Amino acid sequence: MKKRLNTLLFLIAAFWFVGCHSSSTSEQQAAASTETPSASASTSTANPLDDKGIGPVQSVQLGPIQSELAKKGEAIFNEKCTACHRIESRYIGPALKGVTKRLAPEWIMNMILNPDVMIQQDPIAKQLVNESNGAVMANLHLSEDDARALLEYLRSIDDSSSSR
Amino acid sequence: MKPIIFSRPMTQVIPMLAGIIAMAGLLLASCQARRSSEAGAINAQEAAQRVYVAPGKYDEFYAFMSGGYSGQVSVYGLPSGRLFKIIPVFSQNPENGYGYSEETKPLLMTSYGFIPWDDAHHPELSQTNGVPDGRWLFINANNTPRVARIDLKTFETVETIEIPNSAGNHSSPFVTENTEYVVAGTRFSVPTPQQDVPIDSYKKNFKGVLSFIKVEPSGDMDLAFQVIMPGFDYDLAHAGKGKSKDWVFFTCYNSEEAHTLLEVNASQKDKDFVAAINWKKAEAYIQQGKYHQMPGTYYDNRFDTSTQTARSFVHKGVKVLIPAECPGLVYLIPAPKSPHGVDVDPSGNYIVANGKLNADLSVFSFDKMQQAIQQKQFDGEVNGIPVLKFDATLAGIVKSGGLGPLHTEFDDKGNAYTTFFISSEVVKWKLGTWQVEDRQPTFYSPGHLMIPGGDSRKPWGKYLVALNKITKDRYLPTGPELCQSAQLFDISGDKMKLLLDFPTVGEPHYAQAIPASILMPQSDKIYSLANNRNPYVTKTEKEARVVRNGRRIDVYMTEIRSHFVPDNIEGIHLGDTVYFHLTNLEQDWDAAHGFAVEGNRDNAELLLMPGQTKTLKWVPQRVGVFPFYCTDFCSALHQEMQGYIRVSAPAEQVALSWSTGKE
Repeated sequence: MKKRLNTLLFLIAAFWFVGCHSSSTSEQQAAASTETPSASASTSTANPLDDKGIGPVQSVQLGPIQSELAKKGEAIFNEKCTACHRIESRYIGPALKGVTKRLAPEWIMNMILNPDVMIQQDPIAKQLVNESNGAVMANLHLSEDDARALLEYLRSIDDSSSSR
Repeated sequence: MKPIIFSRPMTQVIPMLAGIIAMAGLLLASCQARRSSEAGAINAQEAAQRVYVAPGKYDEFYAFMSGGYSGQVSVYGLPSGRLFKIIPVFSQNPENGYGYSEETKPLLMTSYGFIPWDDAHHPELSQTNGVPDGRWLFINANNTPRVARIDLKTFETVETIEIPNSAGNHSSPFVTENTEYVVAGTRFSVPTPQQDVPIDSYKKNFKGVLSFIKVEPSGDMDLAFQVIMPGFDYDLAHAGKGKSKDWVFFTCYNSEEAHTLLEVNASQKDKDFVAAINWKKAEAYIQQGKYHQMPGTYYDNRFDTSTQTARSFVHKGVKVLIPAECPGLVYLIPAPKSPHGVDVDPSGNYIVANGKLNADLSVFSFDKMQQAIQQKQFDGEVNGIPVLKFDATLAGIVKSGGLGPLHTEFDDKGNAYTTFFISSEVVKWKLGTWQVEDRQPTFYSPGHLMIPGGDSRKPWGKYLVALNKITKDRYLPTGPELCQSAQLFDISGDKMKLLLDFPTVGEPHYAQAIPASILMPQSDKIYSLANNRNPYVTKTEKEARVVRNGRRIDVYMTEIRSHFVPDNIEGIHLGDTVYFHLTNLEQDWDAAHGFAVEGNRDNAELLLMPGQTKTLKWVPQRVGVFPFYCTDFCSALHQEMQGYIRVSAPAEQVALSWSTGKE
């Protein structure tokens, strides 16, 4: 009798445990399916330049460097970004020289505009936080225009350095 | 029994234990439910469901509770009773440096000097057309008379104004229908203007002053005028609404004009008064120049949201009206007995005087009062103020059967609810029939009660909160000092149902509540760095610097996850006074940083919201190297957010320098 009771309790407990476990899995799936925007985050094996990141920017049309826009970007960079970034060297975050060669323009803008989600979900961003000893990219709530100008500034640096 | 109450155990043993505990808990709960139902409550499970706000879900109402002798306002959610924030108003607040930072110290300035701690009583929401509009919350300082205004976009105190010629600012800060005025009536009559006279010359020299503070469309307050009244105690007030919107009603006790042992001597007469003041008439008299100029120095302290800095303005003199010279300005309505709260129903017609030493409630009719004034149905006068005939103004009497009525609020279905302090209950009665519909005990001794919008033209009559003075045996004991408490009742049905007890911070004198749907959309998330005009702001790390000016050192310092610029400072000497001007460069919601430096004996710490600049004064006490650090866990690298300041002896040759990192 005692053994049967123990078995019964075990079964109830086991059922309960499994039930809870499976429900938490399905919650995670639901969260993932509602929160991930259309831009894909799965780039683990592919070329990093194919990762457009997660955020408002779906595609960027690039042409020749627009020097006025780059100038505006430089001003924003000096005001907002230098708390954590340098061009030539690693500071709190990575050195930014060459970033436009390494990563997609959409990814760069999404990292500026949507860092909270990027560092949680985008594999490259996650890797970068790791390399920065856990220093996260602060969301400074810049506009999309500001992010575009910053991109142009970073392009202008990479453009001039590659043509040198 | 299915163990559904507990979630996700980690092992297979815990569920069995949990199940046993759960069953025990349910048994206990059902015992308590039985006890509560004897006290007129619904069963515990149903009550729990009604107040349960699931994790991640929002409450339906914001409730603003006075902190009483804490001098603050606390913000709760209803129906959960969860505490969200303490808004510092009339007391320094160690949680966020209010009254310690140089920017906020002026808000606690008065004509007596800096006052670090006062007693705050009655929160009052601003109104438009008699309905709470969510712009501001006002609250009174009772001890050193002041009224404060809190901006409900930032939930910060943005103005404090002192009331001269007043003492014990209790009948305050009730607003007129469109927040044209906030009123402030003296509880203690005093020599007016103040002078050195024998206390027993009370009847000759002491006056009661009722103040009207004009509220500009911007929110800025100015003391417009005062009315010099007989030397009674003016206890509470409420403005009229709708048809009575030009009037404000004040209760008076101590019409005996006693100055000692008021417990006995102010309870002699059968009736005291409700004073009815026509503020439109007062405005006209002021315009006609029928006022006197009276001395009186007072501070108006305003917090400029663009500079994020409070400034004190000192005023001298105030316009006063004397009722005997201003016919039609004031009438007295006899009211039994030592009335406390005076409350006007949503229609604006009924004025309820809660005679605290009387078992019955006297309800006056505004229409009958106007008729009595027209027909001059007077019963003598006091200091030239006509006293209206009691019977000519009375609409009805609520034979309550309770003891010690204090306050009344209203729902949107024609019902009124009154607290009875001595008999510890809330009594529901019907306007017009004056019949008692329901009564429920409270635990214990309620002062005010509050229904969201319950003193306005549009009550949201779903919940009632009783604000209790005594809680012995209701909570786990915490030594001789016990919390006070609020009790939430469901008033949506015929009978009131007790749902929840929750402790309050300080003494919950009065409270106001407003639907979350009004306040939530307007709540600020950050302070814009671009619009920060604090003279000591540092908007970029490049501008960070240390400046010496004689013995004064200004440190312009930034914070962003997770470092200070500068974080190494040298060249400070004993005898210097250091002002740390911190700017939080973050522009993300909830990205706060703190600042603390060792050995700061006067001013504690700072807490900075995103985009904010605040200043901490620090007078080094010793030679050495002292750390400073961020006090708000801001990121994974929060523990690394630290720096050093070196203090040298006066004779040492150490040049002023500052840096962060190698550069």
